[in-house]
Amino acid sequence: MLARALWLGLRVPLGGPRGFTSKTDPQGSGRITAEVIEHLERLALVDFGSREAVARLEKAIAFADRLRAVDTDGVEPMESVLEDRCLYLRSDNVVEGNCADELLQNSHRVVEEYFVAPPGNIPLPKLDEQEPFPHS
Amino acid sequence: MLGLISPGQNGQITPTELCQKCLSLIKKTKFLNAYITVSEEVALKQAEESEKRYKNGQSLGDLDGIPIAVKDNFSTSGIETTCASNMLKGYVPPYNATVVQKLLDQGALLMGKTNLDEFAMGSGSTDGVFGPVKNPWSYSKQYREKRKQNPHSESGDSDWLITGGSSGGSAAAVSAFTCYAALGSDTGGSTRNPAAHCGLVGFKPSYGLVSRHGLIPLVNSMDVPGILTRYVDDAAIVLGVLAGHDPKDSTTVPINKPLVLSSLEDVSKLCIGIPKEYLVPELSSEIQCLWSRAADLFESEGAKVIEVSLPHTSYSIVCYHVLCTSEVASNMARFDGLQYGHRCDIDVSTEAMYAATRREGFNDVVRGRILSGNFFLLKENYENYFVKAQKVRRLIANDFVNAFNSGVDVLLTPTTLSEAVPYLEFIKEDNRTRSAQDDIFTQAVNMAGLPAVNIPIALSNQGLPIGLQFIGRAFCDQQLLTVAKWFEKQVQFPVIQLQELVDNCSAILENEKLASVSLKQ
Repeated sequence: MLARALWLGLRVPLGGPRGFTSKTDPQGSGRITAEVIEHLERLALVDFGSREAVARLEKAIAFADRLRAVDTDGVEPMESVLEDRCLYLRSDNVVEGNCADELLQNSHRVVEEYFVAPPGNIPLPKLDEQEPFPHS
Repeated sequence: MLGLISPGQNGQITPTELCQKCLSLIKKTKFLNAYITVSEEVALKQAEESEKRYKNGQSLGDLDGIPIAVKDNFSTSGIETTCASNMLKGYVPPYNATVVQKLLDQGALLMGKTNLDEFAMGSGSTDGVFGPVKNPWSYSKQYREKRKQNPHSESGDSDWLITGGSSGGSAAAVSAFTCYAALGSDTGGSTRNPAAHCGLVGFKPSYGLVSRHGLIPLVNSMDVPGILTRYVDDAAIVLGVLAGHDPKDSTTVPINKPLVLSSLEDVSKLCIGIPKEYLVPELSSEIQCLWSRAADLFESEGAKVIEVSLPHTSYSIVCYHVLCTSEVASNMARFDGLQYGHRCDIDVSTEAMYAATRREGFNDVVRGRILSGNFFLLKENYENYFVKAQKVRRLIANDFVNAFNSGVDVLLTPTTLSEAVPYLEFIKEDNRTRSAQDDIFTQAVNMAGLPAVNIPIALSNQGLPIGLQFIGRAFCDQQLLTVAKWFEKQVQFPVIQLQELVDNCSAILENEKLASVSLKQ
């Protein structure tokens, strides 16, 4: 009976990778240099904010590194589960819109029909020009 | 099957009365923190209109006058939609998500928007800005008695249990009888996980079956709207309304016939697959035992039950982690404070404004995922992490295809590693660790785009719900629900007993399937 098989299955040591919830996650290879931190903060426009956040990223990378063990030779990347189907596109006719007022209402800073942004093309100050982790 | 209005039948109630009862229950169960916004006026107005329709014999269908709730990451026109984040506090969408519109078109009453983990990232519904959601089962007679506590006293409140997540608010809302059905979202198990912990049917449709237009996206290639109900029949009714191609979501496919759930009497032609890799050491022995008994049940009724292998199972959580954070990094880029949502006070430059807005608007969990995702998408990492994960995704999807091709109709697995844990226990580990642990049985399904459903099977030794997961072939949602319905009938999962806490208000709502609610003309 299957019940017995399942019960026995637990008694036999399981081979192969086990414990994806391993408590011995390596702390990270120290790959997160100050350069990488700065680069990521600029790209993401989100700051780490604390040393814990950097440590968390290192753990996340260590976790992701487990994928190296999988043999993916000759395997195509999968972008969508619907890859073997046609997408249905709408015909290119305007059927709705003209709701500028409604959309402008959601913004904090608006002038007539424009969203107002601060000046662009001004890069963020470099890391060494800032205090480290001002928001710890 | 769908006993609706029948003049002179006992137990009739008007839509307005039903709405008021549910609103009253929402107030009484406010401590659960299931709702972020209660749309009382909207619901009462909808109830009034429903009543008019019934009077004129023009009911719109099964859902007319039925209270429902919607997770707060679905856009609702004129009603604040926050995703439990500071980033969207005060944001009022100018349109309804397609799934919301479809429910409203059928006359459903929108009771409110439910609580979740911030931006649906998490497995406990504990990380939103409006606070955590409490599992109604913490207050059930079944749980309290097992803990030998006086069910009338509130003294044990510090050890309340989590609902699971991220659709915990929706689960708590349905479980506490404040509505008949609720919409959740499911990216890695966010509908099935809280369903298991709250003793509900948590249904994840096939990817492409239900429109995502208006669902604030997390992972475009895996997100689907989910359905939470107390009974399989109710989930099927809601799915019937929601399924189908949406011109506004090009990732939806047309369905060729309407969804109608029939009763399965004979399971002897059915083949159930048990994936051996899902038997992990971390699985609680109680759930393992119930899983085994469920397999035996199918076998004793004549079904074929075989062991199958999904060899890449142990890598699926890692693969999910990489793909999820990468897509999140992209999807969260739209929040810059310019057109909607929170905006900081800094005006020095656009970059400074965006950075500060995002720092103020997002919590640590969201920021952590954005940063991880950006790391995996860096030029030097793209091939080794993102593309690698996409390849592993194909292997995982193929594992399922192979299992189904070996003659299996439906897979049977656990949904969670254990029953709901106390909040104080849950927060001992961080969000990423918890998600990696708790999503273990559910996220592979999202990567393969398959339909899956949690069905509550029994109460644990502590008096808490345990559920099992059924996984079906792509676009065979109807067949999956048919099997689930048979199973539900066999196991007769007990109704939650909350009487002590909500007086006799729930009396009318207990044991009432949506389909048998009798609304008065």
